[in-house]
Amino acid sequence: MNNKVQLDQVNIHFGKTHAVRDISMTFPENSVTAIIGPSGCGKSTLLRSMNRMHDLVPSARVTGKILVDNGDIYDRSVDPVAIRRRVGMVFQKPNPFPAMSIYDNVIAGYKLNGRLPREEADEIVESCLKRVALWDEVKDRLKSNAMMLSGGQQQRLCIARTIAVKPEVILMDEPASALDPISTLKIEELIEELKERYTIIIVTHNMQQAARVSDYTAFLYMGDLVECGETKKIFTTPEVKRTEDYITGRFG
Amino acid sequence: MEIDARSSYCSNETETKVASVTARRRPTQDTKKVNGDYVFRCLTTLFALSILAILALMIYEMTGESMPAIKAFGWKFVSSREWDAVQGNFGALPYLYGSVVSSVLALLLATPLSIGAALFITEVAPGRMGAIVAPLVELLAAIPSVIYGLWGVLVMAPWLQSTVQPFLIEHFGFIPLFQGAPYGVSMLAAIFILMIMVVPIITSITREVLLAVPQSQKEAAIALGATRWETIKIAILPYGKSGILGAAILGLGRAIGETMAVTMVIGNAPNISLSLLSPAYTMPSVIANEFAETTSKLHASALMEIGLILMVVTLVVNALARLLIWSVSRSAKGGAA
Repeated sequence: MNNKVQLDQVNIHFGKTHAVRDISMTFPENSVTAIIGPSGCGKSTLLRSMNRMHDLVPSARVTGKILVDNGDIYDRSVDPVAIRRRVGMVFQKPNPFPAMSIYDNVIAGYKLNGRLPREEADEIVESCLKRVALWDEVKDRLKSNAMMLSGGQQQRLCIARTIAVKPEVILMDEPASALDPISTLKIEELIEELKERYTIIIVTHNMQQAARVSDYTAFLYMGDLVECGETKKIFTTPEVKRTEDYITGRFG
Repeated sequence: MEIDARSSYCSNETETKVASVTARRRPTQDTKKVNGDYVFRCLTTLFALSILAILALMIYEMTGESMPAIKAFGWKFVSSREWDAVQGNFGALPYLYGSVVSSVLALLLATPLSIGAALFITEVAPGRMGAIVAPLVELLAAIPSVIYGLWGVLVMAPWLQSTVQPFLIEHFGFIPLFQGAPYGVSMLAAIFILMIMVVPIITSITREVLLAVPQSQKEAAIALGATRWETIKIAILPYGKSGILGAAILGLGRAIGETMAVTMVIGNAPNISLSLLSPAYTMPSVIANEFAETTSKLHASALMEIGLILMVVTLVVNALARLLIWSVSRSAKGGAA
């Protein structure tokens, strides 16, 4: 299987804090990789480096190489905006645009490409909402405000908004941690389906979730990559004692 | 790390909450302290009520004083353009017109300027620059208006007369807005001076509104591959829309009530002219100019009625602005949860 995203000795600093140390690993195409670890271990920080979200934080410094399709996304010639269109992101809290309708939310990112004909927009909205299993719930009220939806629906709307841009990689930063169990289940089912088309990297501190949805798992602790490999192996026969302690709930 | 900004923003609130909870829980063994609390509460309540009382008293007095004019002219007071102290005929239309036109046009010019300045401070300015510019803008709001007026009448009006107005007459004279002779002091001068005076106010309130836009909204847009401008367009401005509107309306309130600077540059002629080049008059200006030398009771009463109208308009405008800002800050808190 192809390696879609590849990290090579990635270090991330915030001012004097060394948040992520020397991480090298790969994320295979069309698979789900979970990044787990206790709070503050640098997993979100690592995730955000993969679509250059740290560019917004003046004190943040990313060194090493992050390759998407073997191209370094931190290369000088690369436009971060173009990278973010290839590497989409779903956040912890659902963050639809509150001033927009459901319809406009889905199309908000895609519309940035330029003017698009009405039929094309309709088509994209319908197919994206269908893919996140939201279409049947909202098809009669596409023009109503996105904030009228429940938290779980809002999160699925945000995923629809992300895939409308046609990314290759989707980063998910604890996408279900603000949701109830049933909504969480729906998001997990959705992740399972989405991996057929996209490479998914998900940060979670819910270990059952990591075990359920991911093909590969990486365990981070205090900014270091402790262990990574197939999820089955990490959860049954981890090589490092600390990994075992964490997944069995002895700390963290 | 990336949530630092938000958490420090929230911590103030939680701290005060914690403080108030502990204050309430503290056992009240000392009865003297309870009495002190009671006195303190009564005193502060009294002070707060006295503000309302002063407002009520002002409205009552002004209405009473304007009664002769209200009785004499009725609604004709606001529709008549005649202002003749000798004959005792008073109509406030030219002043109303001057106030509304100068304020509204000043606001139309100032609002885009202010939004741009606020966006620069909050979103665009590199590093510390925003932190330096923001207090400077607020400083502008603290300059006494007579200074603006002095600058207006000594520097701006002559410049308008020698450069801007002749240019407008020559090239845009076919539009009624720019017909007539270049006097310098004019409606145009008042619009410019008001614009300069309300920009700092609108800018600093808009800045507050923009700062209240949650980071998650900006990140949502950026993660979709939006450029800085696109992020402003799809995430920041729509979120702050009604707050910015409120800021503009507060600016309008300020512009309507502004007396000194406008009096110095508007020319003080009760005209109703389409041309921005002709002198005009505003409600505060006529009060300031004529009150010391009223010729009759009716004259004084007419000025008082203008004051009453002015006050009501300003109060309504301010209430509207507060309501808008309040609604936006409330939805910002609710929307984030």
